[in-house]
Amino acid sequence: MIAPAEPALEADHTMVDVGREPVTSLPRETLLSVRNLKTYFPQDEGLVKAVDGVSFDLYPGATLGIVGESGCGKSVTARSILRIVDRPGRIVDGEIRFRRPAADGGTGTGHVVDLVKLAPDGSEMRSIRGAEIALIFQEPMSSFSPVHTVGNQIIEAIRLHQPVDRRGARDKTIEMLRRVGVSSPEQRVDQLSNQLSGGLRQRAMIAMALSCQPTLLIADEPTTALDVTTQTQILELMRQLQQEDGMAIMLITHDLGVIAEMATDVAVMYLGRVVEQAPVDAIFHNPRHPYTRALLRSIPRIRSRSRERLTPIAGSVPHPYDRPTGCPFHPRCADFMAGKCDRLEPSLRPVGDQHAVSCFLYE
Amino acid sequence: MLTFIGRRVVLAIFTVWAISVLAFAIIQLPPGDYVTSYIAQMATMGSVVTDEEAQNLRIQYGLGRPIYVQYYKWVKLIAQGDFGMSMEWRRPVTEVIGERLWLTVVVSVAALILTWALALPIGVYSAVRQYSVGDYLATFVGFIGLAVPNFLLALVLLYLGFVLFNAHIGGLFSPEFNDAPWSWARVWDLLKHLPIPALILGLAGMAQQIRIMRANLLDELRKPYVVTARSKGLPEPRVITKYPVRVALNPFASTIGYTLPYIVSGSIIVSLVLGLPTVGPLLLKALIAQDMFLAGTIVLLLGVMTVIGTLVSDVLLVWIDPRIRLEET
Repeated sequence: MIAPAEPALEADHTMVDVGREPVTSLPRETLLSVRNLKTYFPQDEGLVKAVDGVSFDLYPGATLGIVGESGCGKSVTARSILRIVDRPGRIVDGEIRFRRPAADGGTGTGHVVDLVKLAPDGSEMRSIRGAEIALIFQEPMSSFSPVHTVGNQIIEAIRLHQPVDRRGARDKTIEMLRRVGVSSPEQRVDQLSNQLSGGLRQRAMIAMALSCQPTLLIADEPTTALDVTTQTQILELMRQLQQEDGMAIMLITHDLGVIAEMATDVAVMYLGRVVEQAPVDAIFHNPRHPYTRALLRSIPRIRSRSRERLTPIAGSVPHPYDRPTGCPFHPRCADFMAGKCDRLEPSLRPVGDQHAVSCFLYE
Repeated sequence: MLTFIGRRVVLAIFTVWAISVLAFAIIQLPPGDYVTSYIAQMATMGSVVTDEEAQNLRIQYGLGRPIYVQYYKWVKLIAQGDFGMSMEWRRPVTEVIGERLWLTVVVSVAALILTWALALPIGVYSAVRQYSVGDYLATFVGFIGLAVPNFLLALVLLYLGFVLFNAHIGGLFSPEFNDAPWSWARVWDLLKHLPIPALILGLAGMAQQIRIMRANLLDELRKPYVVTARSKGLPEPRVITKYPVRVALNPFASTIGYTLPYIVSGSIIVSLVLGLPTVGPLLLKALIAQDMFLAGTIVLLLGVMTVIGTLVSDVLLVWIDPRIRLEET
């Protein structure tokens, strides 16, 4: 499919063809729109469908929480958006439509590109990566190079995307470190990452990610490796910086508590698919998908009666080479309908205002 | 940083001292003292050493006095640049070794540079393109390099060079330059002869270094900091060379210390086959002929070269990996 040469800003309904909307018809306010994304990893043992038809939307300034168990494809989705999926994995289908800021940095809405169509190491993708979409992730211990100073790595990021000299980039780095709450940044800037605590390293990561004012910050389990106190501080910091800079956050986590605290919208993933997407209140107060309900039942409650047992989700996540047919959740589902759920694949359908579910109970 | 290097230099001096004791012990090993065997040697040649001469030599080397005095006298002579007499050549050891030592250094360093210059990019390529055709090819050639003794490789190359090109690739100089005084033409002639011996001597080391680099880099490529670098929008070649390669260089650099003496001592047979005028064949002959001043001196010099190589690799490591610097201060 050939991308239109001159992307129009308005949705043009006459262009709708072959079931897939053209690249240009992103609703005006959407920042990122992922449609039917499939990222597969061919292995000797078989094909691992890490991401198998993920769709969701993200709006400027909003926080989309992506929840799911380990191995459900959350991180691969994030890396697919940045186009840094490790070999041999590759995106085999789908669209990742991203609205770039106006070229003059002004108030215009910019134009929309399909990231899937860009060369992963090409200049356009590289000018988006790090500058407009930034990433922080869960290993603060090893996410900085052990042999370069923290400052060196942040300065590099700034100089890559902004026309400043070394001196200016260094000043900006110190300023960013100060903003994220690193004490005495003038000294920290010349330290190696192993001289910093886990919390400080994650702060420095955030400083690096935000140094080029991205419009989208992907935070992949940003607080998983931190203790609870530091975790709260980091989340608070992210929220504060989001208010100041107005970037959107895609927050990947398996911690529903973090979601409740941070997210405006939630996408629940299971085995490489989004099974439910809704505003955060609807997810917690009116969950529709059996998997979402089961997830919520499995959280310990502070006001629960003593000795009350948690309700775990029956079974475990299937092996990636051995995916169930039909709805991937059916072997563990309490509302399993024989002859339907194990044969047919449900698709994401709206069930309410901004609320979509992929389940036959609602079809 | 400076204290670190200072400490290493002090350690190096101690090591050199230990090596000198060893070399001295080697010189002392044969039965009888040096002057007696010198006189015997002279007698077989038909010349007579007068009693006065013999007495002077005994005083010079402190013979008949305690062993530490003899050691002290020997070290003092070395400090003055006098390494004693070679019995077999009946010339001062310095004269016998002379040019050969420098040629050994030249050949070794050339082999080392060639090893690194080829092993580094091939190792990086093998890791970044793991299981590609190029990787398998490098692995294949590498294992051949490891498995085939290098003197055999030298013979094969000699044979092929002679049969295919009618060229004699042995030696380090063309015949007309063999005993000529140093000139630019002679240096150029040396450079022309250098690549083949350097390649033969460096091949085994190179194969090893490729495997080391590949394994290290494969480990490093999976580390999160590589994802960080990539997610900044750095071009892929820069991501690879600035971060994981830099970290993977660490064990790579530490091998320089033992690669240097390995090349020198491993080169004896190759040097014989290729007719290289280096110290390797000289050491062999000296040991066979019990020419102990010559053998001891060569052992001493090889030891010192090892220490220097280790020192260089230590300093390189500190430069490459700032974490070591931190631990030491």
